[in-house]
Amino acid sequence: MYKIEDFDKELLTEMLKKMILIRRFEEKTAQMYGLRKIGGFLHLYIGEEAVAVGAISRLDLKKDYIFTTYRDHGHALAAGLEPKELMAELFGKITGCSKGKGGSMHFFDDKLNFMGGNGIVGAHIPLAAGAALKIKYLEEDGAVLCFFGDGAIHQGSFHEALNLSKIWNLPVVYICENNQYGMGTDFKRVSSVEDFSVMANSYGMYGEQVNGMDVTEVYSAVGKALEKAKSGIPVLLEAKTYRYKGHSASDPAKYRTKEELENYQNQDPILILKNKMTEKNILTEEEYIKYDENAKKTVEEAVKFAEESPEPDLNELYTDIFI
Amino acid sequence: MPKITIREALKQAMDEEMDRDNNILLMGEEVAKYNGAYKVSQGMLEKFGDKRVRDTPITEEGFAGIGIGAAMAGLRPIVEFMTFNFAIQAMDQIINNAAKMLYMSGGKFKVPIVFRGPNGPAEYLSSQHSQAAQTFFAHVPGLKVVAPSTPRDAKGLLKTAIRDDNPVIFLESELMYSWEGDVEEGEILIPFGEANILKEGSDVTLISYSKPMKILIQAAGELQNIGINAEVIDLRSIRPLDEKTVYESVKKTNRVVIIDESWPFVSVASYLGWLISKNCFDYLDAPAEIVTSEDTPMPYNHRLEIFAQPSVEKIIDAVKKVMYL
Ligand SMILES: Cc1ncc(C[n+]2csc(CCOP(=O)(O)OP(=O)(O)O)c2C)c(N)n1
Ligand SMILES: [Mg+2]
Repeated sequence: MYKIEDFDKELLTEMLKKMILIRRFEEKTAQMYGLRKIGGFLHLYIGEEAVAVGAISRLDLKKDYIFTTYRDHGHALAAGLEPKELMAELFGKITGCSKGKGGSMHFFDDKLNFMGGNGIVGAHIPLAAGAALKIKYLEEDGAVLCFFGDGAIHQGSFHEALNLSKIWNLPVVYICENNQYGMGTDFKRVSSVEDFSVMANSYGMYGEQVNGMDVTEVYSAVGKALEKAKSGIPVLLEAKTYRYKGHSASDPAKYRTKEELENYQNQDPILILKNKMTEKNILTEEEYIKYDENAKKTVEEAVKFAEESPEPDLNELYTDIFI
Repeated sequence: MPKITIREALKQAMDEEMDRDNNILLMGEEVAKYNGAYKVSQGMLEKFGDKRVRDTPITEEGFAGIGIGAAMAGLRPIVEFMTFNFAIQAMDQIINNAAKMLYMSGGKFKVPIVFRGPNGPAEYLSSQHSQAAQTFFAHVPGLKVVAPSTPRDAKGLLKTAIRDDNPVIFLESELMYSWEGDVEEGEILIPFGEANILKEGSDVTLISYSKPMKILIQAAGELQNIGINAEVIDLRSIRPLDEKTVYESVKKTNRVVIIDESWPFVSVASYLGWLISKNCFDYLDAPAEIVTSEDTPMPYNHRLEIFAQPSVEKIIDAVKKVMYL
């Protein structure tokens, strides 16, 4: 087991800042959605910040890769994509990370090996194994992190990808973000097992459940998992987490109780880390407020950039179909 | 006559048919406890219970296949896809099993199943979530494909679909669920393969189905203002296709524009264009025109997204072309 003492201040501070940035960014996007600056589906990551931040803080994105779902804002920010380019993408502007063609569900960055933002539940899981095949094929040193939800884990694509990655010993870590619901469905209603990590056993892989509300726990588990994956044993982690908002901006989330939500908000991932750092005397209230102010400022600048950026030219409709 | 929405009409159709036949069940993502992602199955879990209204995991290939197997063995499932974009995951089941079972079993196993859900572009959803899938299905012998545009047609065609002994692809649209129209009380069964002439006209024939019917009617109104009297046809069913109504109209107007939300390449519109040019060749005063979605994936940016789809303006331009104006 890890201990908070094993973490240095710099790393914890970095992770805290990232989580605050994600929280503030998401709150702002919800507001911009209300103002109709953003349209379509907007899937917020609020409540789940510790998973993306803890896991992605382990990566070296010069050689490692990230694949995720339509709920991709948190992973993109954790990976270091520019908040400005993300907000511009949400505004449908040409300066967005996908030229305004992808929107909320399709963030991409080729320089940071951020492979999307996939809208089809489960469809990106084999792609992650594919990137891992490339790493192995070229005898590189990297690994792949693949994020998906509790709803996606029953898709054939997941099970096919697990088997393939084991028989080919691919360096990939699958992280199921179990936020308890797939849209309005309690994961227990549609799953034959309640502990997803046992699915790893069926494929001779390593599986483990982690507390997805505690960034240090995620960080530790992913570190171990990446080592295993690079040694040829792919890993399945189930991060137990919770989304505070509805499935998307249009979901009133009537299928769960207020008490349930409050229970998770009381173990908020940002608060947990803040308290741990405060106890350890490596964070003061003033510093925390400063980080929060900085995050808000970054987000405001992102909105300004998005507002002021031009729309794509009509001709952009016909570009990027073929090389 | 009561005015109801397409959403309500679809529910009435399923509700009435499930009352009539115990072998009919509804399954799909969020259809039961959540009352449908778009609330089409509102109240059905409460009425029919979780034996007949079933929530599935997000496993399109699996639950489509379960539906087909149940149909082969004697049930009559209605399978809802949250949208037809996700039915693409179930393509193997639909094409290789549902469509071909009767044929390759020498007529021994029929597959009475309805696959229904929203199809076609919605709004701000980018490439994977906003596409018109009719061509994929209409291409396949063994599948019937229908796509209503009014509440009355939605109800009457869905009831027919549920009673049909063949697999039926039933295409709806998120943006159409709240459209309203008159629907009389009591039994409505609308046969497949009968197009509907929504407006009679003499100068040009406009043909489409599903959601674009709204812009066809608008375009016909604007054309009227500039002295062009358009006939407007709603195909309602793509397979079987009512060729007779189409040819009679084109033989009368001598000009035709076909509007289709799908891509132009080997589409329903381009096929119908060929049929017309073959069967009405001597009557045509101009080559058939098609107005389709642009031949591109759907972008997120709203201006581009709107431009990617058929519009009143594009229809009027096409009409002017066939009228040499
Ligand atoms: C193949 C497919 N089916 C259905 C959908 C519609 N849909 C989008 S997200 C979602 C729920 C997914 O839940 P989960 O995997 O738990 O991820 P979460 O949204 O909770 O992060 C559904 C049903 C889809 N995008 N793709
Ligand atoms: Mg979930």
